[in-house]
Amino acid sequence: MDVFLDFLIAKFNYWIYVILMMIGLFAMIAKNNLIKKLVGMCIFQTAIILFYVSIGVKEDARIPILTGHEVPHGGHYHTEDHERPYIDAKTVTNPIPHVLMLTAIVVGVSTLGVALAIAQKVHLHYDSLEEDEILAKVQLGNND
Amino acid sequence: MIWSFDIIVLIFLVIAAVIALSVRDLLASSMVLGIYSFLICILWAEMGAVDVAFTEAAVGAGVSTVIMIATVFQTTRKSKD
Amino acid sequence: MKPMKLAALLTVIVTGGLLLFATSDLPDWGDPLSPANASDLSTYYIQDSRDVTEVPNLVTAVLADYRGYDTMFETVVIFVAGLGILSILGQGKCEEPLAQPVASEQNRERDMITIITCRLVVPIIQIFALYVIAHGHYSPGGGFQGGVMLGSSFILIALTSGLPDALKRMSQERAIFLAGLGVLIYAGTGLVCMALGRNFLDYEILHKLMGGTGVKARYDSMLIVEIGVAFTVMAIMFIIYAVLSSKGRMRGGL
Repeated sequence: MDVFLDFLIAKFNYWIYVILMMIGLFAMIAKNNLIKKLVGMCIFQTAIILFYVSIGVKEDARIPILTGHEVPHGGHYHTEDHERPYIDAKTVTNPIPHVLMLTAIVVGVSTLGVALAIAQKVHLHYDSLEEDEILAKVQLGNND
Repeated sequence: MIWSFDIIVLIFLVIAAVIALSVRDLLASSMVLGIYSFLICILWAEMGAVDVAFTEAAVGAGVSTVIMIATVFQTTRKSKD
Repeated sequence: MKPMKLAALLTVIVTGGLLLFATSDLPDWGDPLSPANASDLSTYYIQDSRDVTEVPNLVTAVLADYRGYDTMFETVVIFVAGLGILSILGQGKCEEPLAQPVASEQNRERDMITIITCRLVVPIIQIFALYVIAHGHYSPGGGFQGGVMLGSSFILIALTSGLPDALKRMSQERAIFLAGLGVLIYAGTGLVCMALGRNFLDYEILHKLMGGTGVKARYDSMLIVEIGVAFTVMAIMFIIYAVLSSKGRMRGGL
């Protein structure tokens, strides 16, 4: 039982990320409504960002803001020049994925804005957000 | 990291994603997407990524929900699927 | 079921199956010794970046200093996205408001209580946003978050007392000017570094202008570039809302 639980904890996150990613991908391909496609895109994007952030998680680690109390057991770390507080890298969460994904979120909302603007423009021209109706109207326009 | 909390939030996340995609009212869909963003924000705070969680709370749950609702208001609320 | 849905389902199942199979090779969740966590780079950032920059928040230090190029071009992407939205949906320069207001606006009864409450809340939001920007070195926050909050305070005005009221405070021209100014502040900091003989965005040399030591110069110039980011993000968030909520007409609104 313990073996199974350890396995579940170790991998469950990744399974859910894959499931979320596939939900988003399915929506982007198969949904008929343009806004629904964008919702799918958001879900896909957040699943990838979740995966990145979860790479940097460390067990029993603190958040990546140093307080000056990281010195374990009051000990100091003697380098060749002088003593300075030694921070064990295992006790602080990995900051690199956070940095990469922080900007990705803000850029994501601006690209979502561009996509919504295009959707509004499409609605202005074809008076519909459904893919099949738009395609029918495009073909009607071409035949004239 | 608290693994039991993590698993519960992840299951809620999948439920929210499925609801956001299956509901036929686009306004409800964008609201559920806001809930999804807040759940993700909780998840990141729990993983120790406080900066990312803060950004998601401000951007994903705040601004992107508002601009989505603005678009739904300006176009149409009904969806066929 | 339509053939398109069937094809999509097939693609998703095959891709998802392959990805699920691949997860068995990934390191365990939360493993401190996984390749990404035990790499020299992340160990260096955790152990040494505070000595070099004096910033306790590692995310801010890496974001604004070590990965300055990345953040700068993300800011440029946001700026370009704002311009793209304006050119897709906007109708050029905003003319003077129509003699008779749009019908939907005329009939709308704005609730007095929400207007007054939001007038009280907006300054608090803005002060908190400035705190988030300025305190990003010590706590979660920084230019992106603070900029979004500043922008959303203007969005709140537009939601409660109408878009024209918000555009009086932050017109389209002013928003574009501020967005450009933000990118200019960021890139200008880099160019000053170049003019003093270092690489682009190598802040250490700026101590010749600002006084103090090189470490202090890095600390201070991080705040400068965060302010630049905040300007751009604030202006573009408001532009996105203003354009999308009015179909580019820049009047009426929700």
